[in-house]
Amino acid sequence: MSHVDYNERIPNNVNLSSDKRLQRALETWQPAFLDWWGGVGPQVFAKNDVYLRTAVSTDAGGWAQFGYVKMPEYRWGIFLADREEGRVIPAGDEAGKPVWQEVPGEHRNALKRIIVVQADTEPASVEQQRWLAATAPSLYDCRNLFQVNVEEARHLWAMVYLLQAYFGRDGRDEADALLQRRSGDADSPRILDAFNQPCDDWLTFFAFTCFTDRDGKYQLGSLAESAFDPLSRSCRFMLTEEAHHLFVGETGMERVIRRAAQLEAKDPNGDARAQGGIDLLTIQKWINYWFAYCLDLFGSELSTNAGDWFAAGLKGRWREALDYTDHQAKEGHRSLMQVVDGRLVETSVPLRAAMNETLRQDYAKDLERVCAVWNRALEEEGSAVRLRLPSTRFFRRQGIYAGAHFTPEGALIDAASFAALHDQWLPTEADRAYVRSLMKPVYGPGEMANWIAPPRRGINRQGVDFAYVRTDG
Amino acid sequence: MAEYDYPPVDFETHPSRYKHWDLSVDGDIARLTMHIKDDQPMWPGKYELKLNSYDLSVDIELNDAINRLRWEHPQVRAVVVSGAYDKVFCAGANIRMLGMAPHAFKVNFCKYTNETRGMLEESSAAGQVFIAALNGTASGGGYELALACDQILLIDDGNAAVSLPEVPLLGVLPGTGGLTRLTDKRKVRRDVADVFCTKAEGFRAKDAKRMRLIDQSFPRSQWQSGVAAFARATADKQAQRAGAPLALPPLQRTATKSGWQYPSVHVEIDGRVANLRLFGPTAAPSRDAQTWAMRFFRELEDALLRLRLNHLEVGLIVIRSEGDPAAVLAADAWVDAGIAAGDDFYFAELRRLQARVLRKLDNMAKSVFTLVEAGHCFVGSLTEVIFASDRAYMFQDDDGENALQLSALNFGAFTMANDQTRVAARFPGEPAHVEALRAQIGATIDAEQAMELGLVTASLDEIDYDDEVRIAIEERSSLSPDALTGMEQNLRFGGGETTETKIYGRLTAWQNWIFQRPNAVGDRGALSLYGHPERPVFDYRRT
Repeated sequence: MSHVDYNERIPNNVNLSSDKRLQRALETWQPAFLDWWGGVGPQVFAKNDVYLRTAVSTDAGGWAQFGYVKMPEYRWGIFLADREEGRVIPAGDEAGKPVWQEVPGEHRNALKRIIVVQADTEPASVEQQRWLAATAPSLYDCRNLFQVNVEEARHLWAMVYLLQAYFGRDGRDEADALLQRRSGDADSPRILDAFNQPCDDWLTFFAFTCFTDRDGKYQLGSLAESAFDPLSRSCRFMLTEEAHHLFVGETGMERVIRRAAQLEAKDPNGDARAQGGIDLLTIQKWINYWFAYCLDLFGSELSTNAGDWFAAGLKGRWREALDYTDHQAKEGHRSLMQVVDGRLVETSVPLRAAMNETLRQDYAKDLERVCAVWNRALEEEGSAVRLRLPSTRFFRRQGIYAGAHFTPEGALIDAASFAALHDQWLPTEADRAYVRSLMKPVYGPGEMANWIAPPRRGINRQGVDFAYVRTDG
Repeated sequence: MAEYDYPPVDFETHPSRYKHWDLSVDGDIARLTMHIKDDQPMWPGKYELKLNSYDLSVDIELNDAINRLRWEHPQVRAVVVSGAYDKVFCAGANIRMLGMAPHAFKVNFCKYTNETRGMLEESSAAGQVFIAALNGTASGGGYELALACDQILLIDDGNAAVSLPEVPLLGVLPGTGGLTRLTDKRKVRRDVADVFCTKAEGFRAKDAKRMRLIDQSFPRSQWQSGVAAFARATADKQAQRAGAPLALPPLQRTATKSGWQYPSVHVEIDGRVANLRLFGPTAAPSRDAQTWAMRFFRELEDALLRLRLNHLEVGLIVIRSEGDPAAVLAADAWVDAGIAAGDDFYFAELRRLQARVLRKLDNMAKSVFTLVEAGHCFVGSLTEVIFASDRAYMFQDDDGENALQLSALNFGAFTMANDQTRVAARFPGEPAHVEALRAQIGATIDAEQAMELGLVTASLDEIDYDDEVRIAIEERSSLSPDALTGMEQNLRFGGGETTETKIYGRLTAWQNWIFQRPNAVGDRGALSLYGHPERPVFDYRRT
């Protein structure tokens, strides 16, 4: 028999020590996971002490315990938010009936697919970011990167738990496959395109955590409204961790923006690049690119799949229980701009067909708030420049706007006009090369690279100059 | 129009209770005379069985009669089927009944009558040759009944004819194998058959004989003597069947809280799922109707028929078994030995019964899953249940005690409608694998091996079994029942066609489609308007 103390090795609130099925599954999966982490996880400071947050329980004192840990020894746990007695299905045809504690056979394949697609993004981002620490602008940022990485890996665990606990043999196979696909691999790529793009500079990392992880937040939020209670509970706990990732992205971008404004003010020609920084126009291009890219992740504006999943109760809307009274959404319509005969016209589409679009608009609204925060920083720094989100139609590769061309303001233009203006709106190879050229490691405690402002405060009430990563081992 | 909510159907009867058939036996010749009482239909007051037309109750009696001739009158070598009324032999299935019956009932009615005709043909092959003595016009299902007989005699009175008027008069097909048997059994040329099937009044004796629609005719004055002599000559050609008659007792069926049960088959209805538990023998075999090898298969047959007709809500049959595998194998061996000895019809008849019931399982328009769990007795003849299933899940225990065992029976005794064994049909294109399996006869095959050898869909250990099975059942229960029926009937019968597969897979499938079409059952459809003074209105578009 196994002598492993599962509760010690794998912090959890899912009765792992008495769940033979899960133990058996994890016995083979855990070593494969550690191999994966060693092979394609963080490659710099891989075995150094890092000041990390670990969740050892879901209560207020347990979900964020800080201390130095070597990442391969990180205690990846399995946590679900506490079970709510009497929880009912939040959305769809079955709204109001008791939630499911087991997967109904009828919905197994759809639920499995939803979980696999979500799960696949978690290890993907770790893979994409594995070399970033080599050019960290500070130890504070380096630590934040690692925190994001170990928590993405924990989210992988959370999803693997669902697959292994509720989806039988198929689920175990899918859990194995999650460790076999690789971001950017020609033969076995990650499922979603955005997770196969390299992430080799820190502006991209901050954009990724701000924009792409926010997509994750909204996907998790819609899954938190699922009729399948273990999925809902898992996603609710993940959302508490996801908030930190968004914080890293949002404040990271803000610090680059603030620094850009400072350097532009400092330079006689208002040129941040001349001062060794990243200019606001480049930042605007990154915003344009990543916003558009992440909008694609929500799926097509008109989707029967999304409508079916909503009807079946597999997914709800963002804050379904709090913000909506009609949880069936059978009758209503929403307005949608569509290209008809070469013109952009307002159309009305059934709510259920537009579930992806509903979630996308919630996401865009959240980012408008973030953008306002950035613009306040510019105001504080005395800059007259204002950043803005492009139209949700701009530069889309998926959905009903793919194939047509729009200005960042959302006006329909022809392909030639778009090509002519492309370099003003979107990162060029030269822009990328320039940003990459700035990426040099800064490992002194409290020191910051020139292109980024220091954070307002440190982590867990530590100072900014705290040794967040012990560079000597 | 609301569907008629028909009362549950009982499939058991006895000659003492026949309403519509006269059965008499004189030495080695039996007479089975269709004598339909038009005021005693299955659904009283709903329609009249005019012109010797039949409904399901008539066919249940016919089925019973064929069965009893086999078991209770083994000395019979020829059976003369004729009609009790002058001028008309049989006008086929009752059109008013078909018009009012729910679609599912029509489909089941066709299937049952087809199975009865298949059994009638089997009788001829087994030494009780059926002769259709058509003493008047045989139209539609009446002529199809004749087609199922080995020989067809028609009275030549200038009036009596054989016909298949379904297409020209009713806008449907002859539903009990008529089209298939014209070409495949009677070897009628396709354009001749085409003319025949579109000519409502059919053909009288002279033309019918020329077209091979009948075998022989006699003028009115010589009809009785001609038929008698023909029956005598037919009987004389058959070997005498040895063995004492065996009375068929009624089944011991009792209602339970959620279903019903017989001594060796329990049926429990759980929403859209019917759980069948099959129990192996508990006593040594003996030559009677209560011995497990006979009683169990009769019980299973009755259970399947009831599920078909009386439990439309059931979409999935989940089968488990309990019992001593050695006792099943002993019962099988006992039947084998009896057949080999060749001195008692009983044993060959028993094997035919078993094969027939297993084919009924193949023909269920419901999904079938078999669960091979600890304590099961799916060996020998019962292994066929696994192979007749759409899926089989096997419990994989730690010590390999939950095991399968193949028997020689699985490689020849039980063929499907397509004339293949279920093992051969299971591995299309892999004859070498079938031979490899034959080499495993008698060996203990544990769950892991069973999975590797392709005998079960999945072998699952303690950790996975309950959940995987639950999910598989729930998933199956959620899919479209129509699509599943179509899918299963396509996947179950890999390989070539036979008359039987054509009847169920081609004729019946098309008939079921036509039965849904407005051209037949719409307000102005041909079936709806039959007997009314109005002409049907067709949508003439064809794909």
